[in-house]
Amino acid sequence: MKTFRIGGIHPKENKFSAGQRIKTVALPDRVVIPLAHYSGMPSRAVVKKGDFVKVGQLIGQADGYVSANVHSSVSGRVSKVDVQLDASGYKRPAVFIDVEGDEWLESIDLTTDIKRECHFTKEEILTKIQSAGIVGLGGATFPAHVKLAPPPGKKAEVLIINGVECEPFLTCDHQLMLEKGEEIMVGITILMKVLAVEKAVIGIENNKQDAVEYLRKIAKSYPGIRVVPLKVRYPQGGEKQLIDAILRRQVPSGKIPIEVGTVVMNVATTFAVYEAVQKGKPLMERVMTISGKEVQNPGNYLVRLGVYLSEVVNQAGGVPERTGKIIGGGPMMGRSLMNLDVPMAKGSAGIVFVPDRDSVRGQDRNCIRCAKCVTVCPMGLEPFLLMNQSEREMWDEMEQNRIMDCIECGSCSYTCPSNRPLLDYIRYGKTTVGFRIRSRKAAKV
Amino acid sequence: MDKLIISPAPHIHGGDSIEKNMRGVIIAMMPALLVGFYFFGMGALIVTLVSVGSCVLFEYLIQRFLLKIKPTITDGSAIVTGVLLAMNLPSNIPVWMVMLGALFAIGVAKMSFGGLGNNPFNPALAGRVFLLISFPVAMTSWPEPAPLTTAYLDAQTGATALSSLKGGEVDIPRIMNLLIGKMGGSLGEVSAIAILLGLLYLLAKKIISWHIPVSILVTVALFTSILHLSNPEEFASPLLHLLGGGLLLGAVFMATDYATSPMNPRGMVVFGVGIGIITVVIREFGAYPEGVSFAILIMNAFTPLINNYIKPKRFG
Amino acid sequence: MNTILAAILILGGIGILLAVLIYFVSEKFKVIEDPRYDQVEATLPAANCGGCGFPGCRGFAVACVESDSLDHLNCTVGGIETMEKVASILGKTAVAHTPTVAVVRCGGDCEHRPRMNEYDGVKHCFIAHNLYSGETGCSWGCLGFGDCELSCDFDAIKVNPITKIPEVDEEKCTSCGACVRACPKMLIEIRKKGPKSRRIYVNCRNKDKGNISRKSCNVSCIACNKCFKVCPHEAISIGDNLAFIHDDKCKLCRKCVEVCPTNAIVELNFPPRRKPVEAEGETLVTNK
Repeated sequence: MKTFRIGGIHPKENKFSAGQRIKTVALPDRVVIPLAHYSGMPSRAVVKKGDFVKVGQLIGQADGYVSANVHSSVSGRVSKVDVQLDASGYKRPAVFIDVEGDEWLESIDLTTDIKRECHFTKEEILTKIQSAGIVGLGGATFPAHVKLAPPPGKKAEVLIINGVECEPFLTCDHQLMLEKGEEIMVGITILMKVLAVEKAVIGIENNKQDAVEYLRKIAKSYPGIRVVPLKVRYPQGGEKQLIDAILRRQVPSGKIPIEVGTVVMNVATTFAVYEAVQKGKPLMERVMTISGKEVQNPGNYLVRLGVYLSEVVNQAGGVPERTGKIIGGGPMMGRSLMNLDVPMAKGSAGIVFVPDRDSVRGQDRNCIRCAKCVTVCPMGLEPFLLMNQSEREMWDEMEQNRIMDCIECGSCSYTCPSNRPLLDYIRYGKTTVGFRIRSRKAAKV
Repeated sequence: MDKLIISPAPHIHGGDSIEKNMRGVIIAMMPALLVGFYFFGMGALIVTLVSVGSCVLFEYLIQRFLLKIKPTITDGSAIVTGVLLAMNLPSNIPVWMVMLGALFAIGVAKMSFGGLGNNPFNPALAGRVFLLISFPVAMTSWPEPAPLTTAYLDAQTGATALSSLKGGEVDIPRIMNLLIGKMGGSLGEVSAIAILLGLLYLLAKKIISWHIPVSILVTVALFTSILHLSNPEEFASPLLHLLGGGLLLGAVFMATDYATSPMNPRGMVVFGVGIGIITVVIREFGAYPEGVSFAILIMNAFTPLINNYIKPKRFG
Repeated sequence: MNTILAAILILGGIGILLAVLIYFVSEKFKVIEDPRYDQVEATLPAANCGGCGFPGCRGFAVACVESDSLDHLNCTVGGIETMEKVASILGKTAVAHTPTVAVVRCGGDCEHRPRMNEYDGVKHCFIAHNLYSGETGCSWGCLGFGDCELSCDFDAIKVNPITKIPEVDEEKCTSCGACVRACPKMLIEIRKKGPKSRRIYVNCRNKDKGNISRKSCNVSCIACNKCFKVCPHEAISIGDNLAFIHDDKCKLCRKCVEVCPTNAIVELNFPPRRKPVEAEGETLVTNK
């Protein structure tokens, strides 16, 4: 069984919500749709207080290269455009809408039958993806149309579809593959058409055997699409690790996947592409997992953007008692939330409740130089060294030790027997070094 | 808890700890130690108990009264040092020497550098070498193996496999003796099989990686084979080198010490090859019959340099 | 005897040979420097704080020697006395710079700004700042982990363990600006020290709208414009939902302090008022 070649860990999978059918969360009275994304510039609001919007209507216009359109997920009246504390832990611009009914834009095809033929040209598809505001739903929320338009001179050979879902607890992609397999397949053919590639590979970890078998079965009728089961290993869902696992090619330091002739897309993104291109439906809802060791009924929920997470959790059985920490996303890379009054965003793949006995970190102690962090680092870095240098603010040395390669997967902190906060310091160093590199470049120009 | 906790990712921990690793090392040392108890009887038991006890005690006293910090004896590293030191000593060595060795190991080699993780040299080896240089006679008069003996200081002494090495016959009974440990030597180094069992446990529990032990053993085997083939009269057979003396003990338990070995696989191989070469050079051309301790200490000194120049295989 | 003699001769010979070699090398590669660099550097406080804007005292000494006038150069640590010494060496005139001091513009102690979450990471402002906006509802206020304290070479800024807000020791502060650069929330400002160390400033950096900032902190500036209207010297400007007092225009009349509804404007080192204004509830948080 294939997997990536350097480092990696195997945290306890804890996929409590596996096999739970996707439930739709009822519409709340009010939604707050964030205009900011995890990466890139916030969108510019194009509606104002008092406007009536329909489901799917554009409310935020992309502002800049790394930015994406934002659409209304409900119909109703805009009550204000203001700042709202979101999952990032900061107050950022958002559109507040009071829900009135559920009135969709006429251009959206609401039928559930699968539309297999796609007659659009490459450019038309790209425009549709861009205007639908589709971003990478794996977590980094990088705009999809930017990824799908390789720089001149670069040509993709293979499209890789990321169905790995290596984070513990999360099962939303798994369930999506089981329930929307056909749609994902059509989405893949559309993406293949855009990139003009003949081959596509779906990588799935073999703890999702049912998804592997199901997709293999239906892939027979789609030429060029192959399903590859992968050994369970974190962080296999990282773009570079996945390419290494499937194609045995390593993306050079500081480069993007197109350098080795491939583009990676998440299954949820692929499904969103299908809906945008074939049904005319912009990205305004997504599947998220609600899970945790003490959650009553963990499950997968289809949630519209902007719904307060507290509403979603209430419909899923409420916050378990003695919760010490709430994580937005998976436990390895997710962010801990300040409270549940934050709106659902495009990148919210899940909510994980951590009981209070597990939520406090252990006391950190001396580095015993056991080298376990070096062994598990999927990028072949030396976390212990980077942490020491970050503590001493040795930025130039850190740059030489390739800190910018760090994918912040957290394997080092996870594995450290001394409980050292390796990733905290490495992230500090990475931010500072990144800033220094950018200002150096700016000085040159 | 009334307030939600905010912390940077990752939010889960693998549950590995210093204690777990140290416990694993102690378990892995048990077979070799038990063989030592069997062949050297009472003396081995006394030496081990005194060594472990004084290592823990000295660590506690130094941290409590000299450094005035919270003692960390519960992490088990002092116990590991104690057992390792005992395994490196002959079983008929006086108690006060053991305590002196433990004081040097903990006080000088470990605590003066800042405690666990900051020591450049393996404490147990430093203690052993300190004793070896200070009391060469006591340290090199090995007792003859006598199963379950109660003799301690008055044990009958003989030569180790290595010191009677030159010109010896290599036959099956002798090899068998080396494998099970029926020979003179330090109390933990005699049985090859027991140490290899420990190695298997350490590898299975992923406490150490294979790079250091394997590279040491392969280097010694290759180097001594070349020497032996070139002049069988002068140089001993590689089998004797591998099984006799402290090579296995050093390769499995001493060289793999976390704090004093390089931090990435490539560096570990360089480290192991260095130890192998220095060991054979000391054994065959040097004044001492045994060179593993010195070889490891010398390579310990090179560890920071190796860490600095030999980087792990990067991605991409 | 011969052995000893031989040893002395050989070693001595090597020594002399090397000495000659070193002499010639040092002559050959001699760096000729303006001797005034050293003289000026000797008068400087050797704090190497960088408060003057140059890399260490040596850099400042070079700049003093090379530049035409000392108008734009000031050693914040040594002050005017040091600059006069420098001026006498160089035959230039020193210009007195107004003494300045660092002020921390956040009054959100535990009492006024309740904690809502508990941070469990590395206790380092920058790391916490990268992660989220802070333990309180205010995204702009002090995190209290003391990056400023770490950055200070003069032991002049300390996080008060009770209020969790850093406090500046005016006597020690040289306004070198290290803490200004260290604070990820940009709370610290170098301000005029003022006559008799009297200062008035807005003790808040919260750029949220008034209702939001008030919710998270009792002593936040809500940009109500009262101070702006009352100020007779046009020293106050309002922008980004925040008032700012320009220290070059402020005449320290204290009218703004009286009208501020949230006590966000702080006065320092003033004598007590003759007719104390009705303080609403709590007294002001001061830096002393």
